[in-house]
Amino acid sequence: MLEGIFIGLEAAFSVKNILMVVAGCLIGTFIGMLPGLGPMSIIAIMIPVAITLGDPAAALILLAGVYYGAIFGGSTSSILLNAPGVAGTVATSFDGYPMARKGQAGKALTIAAVASFAGGTIGAILLMIFAPALSSVALLFHSAEYFALMVVGLSAIAAFAGTGQVAKALMMTILGLILATVGEGALFNMPRFTMGMLDLQSGISFITLAMAMFALPEAMFLVLNPARGASNAEGGSSKITNLRFSREEGKAMMPVIGRQSIQGFFIGVLPGAGATIASFLGYAVERNLAKGEEQAEFGKGSVKGLAAPETANNAACTGSFVPLLTLGIPGSGTTAILLGALIALNVTPGPRLMTDTPEIFWAVIISMFIGNLVLLVLNLPLIPYIAKILSIPRNYLIPFILFFTLMGAYIGQNNATELLMLVGLGVMATIFRFADYPLAPLLIGFILGTMLEDNFARSMQLYRGLDFIMQRPMTLGLLILAAFLVLLPSYRSRRARKRAEGVADGD
Amino acid sequence: MALDRWIALIFVTFCCVYGYAAFFTMDQLLPPFMQRNPVWPSTFPKVLAVAGLIVGLIVLFGVEKPDDAEGEPDATDINYRNLSEYKTGQALMLLGLMVLYALMLRPAGFLISTTVFLVAGSAILGERKFHIMIPVAMLATGFVWYLVQEVLGIFLRPFPFFMGM
Repeated sequence: MLEGIFIGLEAAFSVKNILMVVAGCLIGTFIGMLPGLGPMSIIAIMIPVAITLGDPAAALILLAGVYYGAIFGGSTSSILLNAPGVAGTVATSFDGYPMARKGQAGKALTIAAVASFAGGTIGAILLMIFAPALSSVALLFHSAEYFALMVVGLSAIAAFAGTGQVAKALMMTILGLILATVGEGALFNMPRFTMGMLDLQSGISFITLAMAMFALPEAMFLVLNPARGASNAEGGSSKITNLRFSREEGKAMMPVIGRQSIQGFFIGVLPGAGATIASFLGYAVERNLAKGEEQAEFGKGSVKGLAAPETANNAACTGSFVPLLTLGIPGSGTTAILLGALIALNVTPGPRLMTDTPEIFWAVIISMFIGNLVLLVLNLPLIPYIAKILSIPRNYLIPFILFFTLMGAYIGQNNATELLMLVGLGVMATIFRFADYPLAPLLIGFILGTMLEDNFARSMQLYRGLDFIMQRPMTLGLLILAAFLVLLPSYRSRRARKRAEGVADGD
Repeated sequence: MALDRWIALIFVTFCCVYGYAAFFTMDQLLPPFMQRNPVWPSTFPKVLAVAGLIVGLIVLFGVEKPDDAEGEPDATDINYRNLSEYKTGQALMLLGLMVLYALMLRPAGFLISTTVFLVAGSAILGERKFHIMIPVAMLATGFVWYLVQEVLGIFLRPFPFFMGM
C-alpha cells in the first residue's frame, strides 16, 4: 500500500496533474454555481476534453476536480442566493441562506469551506483505508458474481429511490437496460433493434443520453419557469464582511464534522445513495441529536445545521469512488458518467485497477487531498468575485447552456443525427421529470447494461445454462439480497400503513 | 389518468413491441452454429421485455402506494397540469431551434450556425439588445471553434459547404 501511495504521490504531483486539479476545481466551482448545471452535466460536458487528454490518470483527476468543484460551487449559490445549483447542496441552503440574510454571509461561507474541506479530507483518508480491503474481496468475484452484484447495485438504486418511487425507479432502470441493447454488441456481432438505421449501428452514445437526461430537461425547466433561476436578484449584494467564526462555534462544529464525515462517507459508498441523501440525512441526524435551544436554532442560521450537510456531501462524494474504483460499479449518476469516461480511455475499473495500474488508482486518491486544499484556498478569498457570474441575465445564460449541451453530444460522435437524437431523448426526459420519474436509474441502467449482459452471457456459457445461480453460493446470496432490497421498502410502507389504520381504528 | 400512468401505459406498449421483436423476429436470423449456444442475442432482451412488462403494469395499476407524508413540492418545480402558466411557447421554440441547428450545422458550417443559434436563442427568450448579443455570440463561437478545432484537434467545418472547407 505504501509503495502505491508513493507512486500516486509521484503521479499526482506532476506539474500537469496539479494543473488538472486546479483547472478542474475552478471549472467545477464556476459552472456548479449556475443553477441547472449539476456535477453530472458538468462532467458530461468535460468528458470530450478529458478523453482528448489521452492520459487516464490526468483525465480522471480533472474530472474528480470538476466533481468536487461543482458540489462546492453549488453550496456558494445556496448560501448567498438560496439558489442551490446542485441537489446535494439543497440542505446547505436551509441554514446557510438565513445566516447570509442575517449579514453573516462571510461566516457562512467560511463554515461551508471548512466543513467541505474536513469532509473531503476525512473521506479521502477513509477511502485509502477501506478501498484496498474492498478490492481484495472483489478479487474473489467471477463473472457470475459480477452479474449478481450489478443486479444488487441496480436494485439498490431503485430501493433508495424513496417510498412510493421504487417501481418507477425500476421501470427507468429497465428502460436504461433496454436502450443499452440497441446496436451491435461485441458479444454477438450482430446488430440488434437498430430498425435498419445505420446511425444506431454503434448504439446510443452515452454522452448524448447523459446530456438528454440531465442538462436538457433542467434547461427546459429554467425556460418554462423563470422563477427557478431568478432568485439571484435580491440577495446579490449581501455584505460579505466578517469571515471568522468564534471559538465556541468552532467547538460546537467539531463533533458534527467528525460524525458527518464518517456517516457521509459510508452513505456515499452505498450504490444509489450519494451526496444528496447524505446531506439530507446528515442534517436530519444532527437536528435530532441537538437539544433545546440548539435544536430550535436549526433552520434559522444554525452553525451545526450548515456544517452537517456540507461535511456529509463532500464525504459522500469521496465515498462514491469506492465502488467505482474497486468494483467498477458506479454508485451514482455522476460516477456512472465517470465510469463511461474511464471505459472510453481504455481503463476498466475494477479489482484489477489497483494491481495493474496503481498509478491511476493512487493518483486519484492523492489528488483528492490536493483538490480539497485547492478548493479551500479558492473559496475563501474569491467568493465575492465568483458570485458575480450568477448575475448573467438568463437571456444570455440559457442559449449558452443549450449550446454546450449540443456541443457535448456533437464533439464525441461528429454526427449531426446525434443532435436530433439528443433533442428527442431530451423531450422524453423532460416529460419523465414532469411525471416525477427519477432519471439517474435510467442512465445507470444504460451504462451497466452492456456489462450486465456480458457477464450474464459469460456465466451462462461457462455453466451451460442457469446452473451458475445454484452452484455459486455467493451469486445466489447476492441475488436474494437484490430481491430483498426491492421488496423491503414496499413491505415496510405496507406495514406502516396497516399500523396507522390500526391506530385509527383504535381511536 | 395521471401523467405517470400514461407513461407507464406507453412503456408497457413499448415492452410488448420490444418483446415481440425479441421473441419472434430475432432468432430466425441466427446462424445454425450459434443456436447451440446456451445464450442467444435475444436471451437478455427477452428477460428485459418480461421484467419491463411486470414493472410497467405495477406502475400502471398503482400497486405500490405513494407515500402520503410527501413533503410539499418545491416552489420552483413545474406542475405539468398548469403548463399554460409557464413559458411553453419559448421552450418549444428553443427545441425547434435546436433541431434547426442540428440540420444546419453541416451545410452552413459551425461559425454561422452557432452564431445564429446563440443570437436567435436569446431573441426567443426576449433579449432585444442585439448590439451586445451579436458580438458576444460571435466572440464565444470563435473561441469555442478555436478551442475544439485547434487545441483539441477535433474537426469542425467552420464555413458553409460551398466555400470548400
